[in-house]
This record gives sequence, C-alpha cells and structure tokens, in this order.
Amino acid sequence: MTTASILDNTRISSDVYLMTVSTGKGGSPGQFYMLRQWNQSPLLSRPISIFDAQGDSVKFLYQIVGEGTKRLAGLRKGETIDIEGPFGNGFPQVSGRIAIVGGGIGIAPFYYALRTMPEADVYLGFSREPYLVDEFRKLTDNVTVDVGGYILDKVDFASYDKVLVCGPNPMMKAAQRKNEAAGGAGKVFVSLENRMACGIGACLVCSVKSGSSRKKACADGPVFAVEEVVFDD
Amino acid sequence: MIDTTCTIAGILFKNPVVMASGTFGFGREYAKLYDINKLGGISGKGLTLKPREGNSGIRVWETAAGMMNSVGLENPGIPRFLSEEAPYWEDLNLVRIVNLGGGTLADYTEGAAMLDEDAKKRAAAGHPAVDMIELNISCPNVKAGGMAYGIQTETAREVVRLVRSATDLPLIVKLSPNAEDIVSMAVMCQEEGADGVSLVNTFSAMKIDIRKRRSVFNNLYAGLSGPAIKPIALRMVHQVCKHVTIPVMGMGGISSVEDIVEFIMAGAETVQVGTHNFVSLRAGEELVQGLEAFMRSEGIRSLGEIRGIL
Ligand SMILES: Cc1cc2nc3c(=O)[nH]c(=O)nc-3n(C[C@H](O)[C@H](O)[C@H](O)COP(=O)(O)OP(=O)(O)OC[C@H]3O[C@@H](n4cnc5c(N)ncnc54)[C@H](O)[C@@H]3O)c2cc1C
Ligand SMILES: Cc1cc2nc3c(=O)[nH]c(=O)nc-3n(C[C@H](O)[C@H](O)[C@H](O)COP(=O)(O)O)c2cc1C
Repeated sequence: MTTASILDNTRISSDVYLMTVSTGKGGSPGQFYMLRQWNQSPLLSRPISIFDAQGDSVKFLYQIVGEGTKRLAGLRKGETIDIEGPFGNGFPQVSGRIAIVGGGIGIAPFYYALRTMPEADVYLGFSREPYLVDEFRKLTDNVTVDVGGYILDKVDFASYDKVLVCGPNPMMKAAQRKNEAAGGAGKVFVSLENRMACGIGACLVCSVKSGSSRKKACADGPVFAVEEVVFDD
Repeated sequence: MIDTTCTIAGILFKNPVVMASGTFGFGREYAKLYDINKLGGISGKGLTLKPREGNSGIRVWETAAGMMNSVGLENPGIPRFLSEEAPYWEDLNLVRIVNLGGGTLADYTEGAAMLDEDAKKRAAAGHPAVDMIELNISCPNVKAGGMAYGIQTETAREVVRLVRSATDLPLIVKLSPNAEDIVSMAVMCQEEGADGVSLVNTFSAMKIDIRKRRSVFNNLYAGLSGPAIKPIALRMVHQVCKHVTIPVMGMGGISSVEDIVEFIMAGAETVQVGTHNFVSLRAGEELVQGLEAFMRSEGIRSLGEIRGIL
C-alpha cells in the first residue's frame, strides 16, 4: 500500500467534498486513483477520478453515497490515506470544437480536463444545488449550467467535433442515443463508472461489453468511444 | 538462514505465497507495481478451451469483510493464452500454474491435452512456461443442468481421471467448499493420481436487491471470498490435511502473515492469496517480506517446523 498525507478535505456542498492529497504521482485527465482508509470493512478500495493534479498534490472531488465515501469525508488534514494510481486511460487528446458535459458528480474529471483544453465549451448539470461552477468559470467563459433538467438537451452534438461525457449511467446511455442519431463514430467519449475491485485490469469484475468482445473499464477505460460500449443493465 | 521453500510434485516454490486464480490476471498488471518474481508462484486466470465472455450485469458486491464475484470465467481461451501470455510466463522465475476449467468433459480433456502438448514443445526448446495445472472443478456441468462438477465426489472423479490421463504435467485439483463432502473429494483426488489439492474456491452466496425484488446478480448466485470465509476455509484445510498425504495449497480469506502461518500450522504446504490482492495491490511483496520477518522474530528456521502441528 502507498500512504499519502491529506493536505485538505473540505466540504463544498451538502454531500460533496474536495480532498487534496500529497503525492507526486500526478496523472492525466480522466485517470483515477484507488483510495482506501480502512482495513477489512469495507473491503475494497474506491475508484475516484483526478479532479486536479499539480506538482506534488492531487485533488479528488467526491460525493457521499455509501460507507466508503462517508469514511473519506470524515478524514482530516494531517491524517493519511492509502492511494494507488493513477490508473486507466484518461481522455483522448482531442482538438477542434470540444464540448465537455458533466452530470452531477460526473463533473469531477472535467476540471483538470478543461485546464488542458481551455477552449472547450462546458456543460454542467445538477439535480439540486450546483457546486464549483465558479471554479470552472475562472477557466472559461463558456459554461452552461442546468439544475433539475437534462443537461444533454442543451448540447447540440452536431456543432462539435468531440463531446466528452461523464455522469450517471442513464445520461451516458442518452449520449449514446444522441450519438447514434447523429451517426457519429469516434466523436463522443464517455467515462464509465463500473464497480471495480483491483482497478488495474486483473480481476475482470468491471468488464464492459464492447461489440462482440469484452473490455476492462479500469484498464482499457474508463473512457470509451460511446459507440464501443454495450450497456447491459 | 531462513528457509521458506515448499515443494509440490518435486517443484520448488521459493516461498509459500502463491497468487490465487482470477485475482492476479496472468501477473502482468501487478508486475508494474512490484517484482512478482519474489512470489512463490501464481495461478493464472481460469482458462477454458474456448474463449468465454463471462456473465452480464453486476459482477461484484461487497459484504461484511468479503466480496461476491460473478465474473463467470471470462477468459481468452487456451490457444490465445498460449500465444499471448505463455511467452511472458517463459521469462518468469516463479512457479507458473495454469488454472483449467471447462463446461463439458471434452472441454477439460482437450484443454489439458493442448496444455500438455504445448508444455512438451516449450520444454524441448528449453523455455517452459507452465509448471503445473490446477484443475478447477467448480465449473458448472453444462450437461447436468449447471450443477458444478465439484459438488459430488463421483462426478468429479470422472473429470480428475480424464484430465490426469491427458497430461504429464503435475496436477493439482482445486476443491470447492460447496462439495457435499470435501474430505472424500480430496481423498478421491489422491486415489486418482493428483499431485496435490488446493482449497477452497469461493462459497456459493447470494444478495437480493429488496427494492427491485431480484438478485443483484444476473446469474442469481455468486462466489463469496475474502476475510469473511477464512475461519471456515481454515477448518476445511485442516480436515483435508488430516486425510490425505499429497500436499495441500490452502486458501480462503488470507490477508496477513498470521493467516498464512495458521494455514501452514493446519497442514498446508503452500497457501494462495486471492481477494487480498485487491485490498493491497502490493500484497504479494508485503506478505513475502512479512513472513520472513515473522519467522526470524519467532526463531522459526523452516516452515517444516510448524507445518501440520495441529
Ligand atoms: C473510474 C471511476 C471514477 C470515479 N470517480 C469518481 C469521482 O471523481 N467522484 C465521485 O464521487 N465518485 C467517483 N466514482 C464513483 C465512486 O467510485 C463511488 O461513488 C464509490 O465507490 C462509492 O463507494 P461507497 O462506499 O461510498 O458506496 P457504496 O454504495 O456503499 O459502495 C458499495 C460498493 O459499490 C461500489 N460502487 C458504488 N457506487 C459506485 C459507482 N458509482 N461507481 C463505481 N463503483 C461504485 C463501491 O466501490 C463499493 O465497492 C468513480 C467511479 C469510477 C469507476
Ligand atoms: C474476482 C475473482 C475471480 C476468481 N476467478 C477464479 C477462477 O477463474 N478460477 C478459480 O479456480 N478460482 C477463481 N477465484 C477463486 C479464488 O482463486 C480463491 O479460490 C477464492 O477467492 C478464495 O480465496 P480468497 O478469499 O483469498 O480470495 C476467483 C476469485 C475472485 C475474487
């Protein structure tokens, strides 16, 4: 296990926290780390995307949904955490007209992504109270926010060369339908959130159906061209 | 000097830490994190003659100190293993075990024969890649409505006998804790000429989503592993060790050096470590180092001093 110290862990909305961890391992946008700060219960580590990485620190934006994320939220500055990473492929290097579309906590990987592609248009959708919108606005003027609706409806796929999407599964499926309607290939990319155990491509519990074969969400992904993914649940 | 070596079928393991099938891929991923040649051995992802896609839907669910998996033996098939993974295994300096599964008796025997033929070719060329076969009899028997081969001793006997005659490679049979009588299963393996047995595989288990009123797994049941199963696994290993003379690889929930020592005291020749690899991706390295440190501090010079003392 690799231990790192927590530099900061701040609540930024009712159930969303931003943690800064001291590690020089960095990573690229769309990659993730496996985090844990417990022994046998919960058993598994939790995959969390890189929210930002700079110098000797990495930030994670996470929402409390269950026991693991609740434990993460209880950690204080100065305490330690076990982290392994960065893992996964990350977003592809893209150019042209780019839309970044985050739904809820799905905005997490996009702050760092936007820092590397500041010309992108940003769409942020929230079901309730929005967060971090101002931070995105410091990087670009082109931020569209939606609260309580469907953020994808605000994105005109035809006017972009590439669309990067991260959000709840129904949103990614909707992105797939929109992409099919537009007939695009290699245009829309989604970052999948499959349940994982090892995080490095060894255990196959996060496997994704892709055409007639299977891919590993953790190692071949988590970012996939949306037409490659067969959603099966 | 501390001696951590173990032997099965004349094959020497540097230490008793062997990585369990399905939790370690074919080793490549972990090799990026530490030198896996420090391990005693690895058992690769379970292979079948033909590639398998595995199960659809949710494949993992956490439980108190455990996890259930429903991977469903997703694997590239033996031919692709031999062309894509075996060359990597040729260069490893640890005991390399192929975990062999099957849906029909023919799958098992053809798979074993294919592995055997390949092993002979590579040995003749001076580059062996596979040191032994671990026969996984927990696979569902396609012709018997999916009941696993490893439940009833006489059903399993057929598989073990056929595979034994299909290969000259050392053969370990991996037992299911769901067996009607795990001791008679182990005794049968010894009678049929197996070089050892490994146990336990996962316990058949279940999780119901009470809102959706259905199992969370498309396949209904899934296999439970991790610390939650350790006390039962240890008891089974102890019972089996009392009734066979062939070596036993003990596993089920091992997550510390102390756990390894318990299994060896119960009579195991080596152990296998599965789920703990997910808890710490560097588990192999940590356990190998920790075991030596433990033996040094306890004044144990070789594992033989503590093996089977209960
Ligand atoms: C590649 C990747 C990147 C992610 N990035 C972020 C992020 O930046 N911020 C964030 O808040 N969340 C992120 N998630 C989701 C996050 O991993 C889960 O919310 C978290 O694991 C839930 O753990 P829990 O113990 O709080 O919840 P529980 O529901 O109690 O967890 C039970 C089990 O299910 C798994 N699980 C539950 N929900 C999810 C989910 N949505 N995705 C994957 N596994 C899940 C848990 O890991 C655990 O094994 C990401 C997931 C993946 C796969
Ligand atoms: C994700 C996963 C996949 C597994 N795949 C296989 C397999 O392909 N063949 C096999 O014989 N056992 C398989 N097992 C069982 C393990 O090898 C081991 O017997 C079991 O998990 C108990 O040990 P543990 O508690 O240390 O994990 C798998 C276990 C897990 C968790």
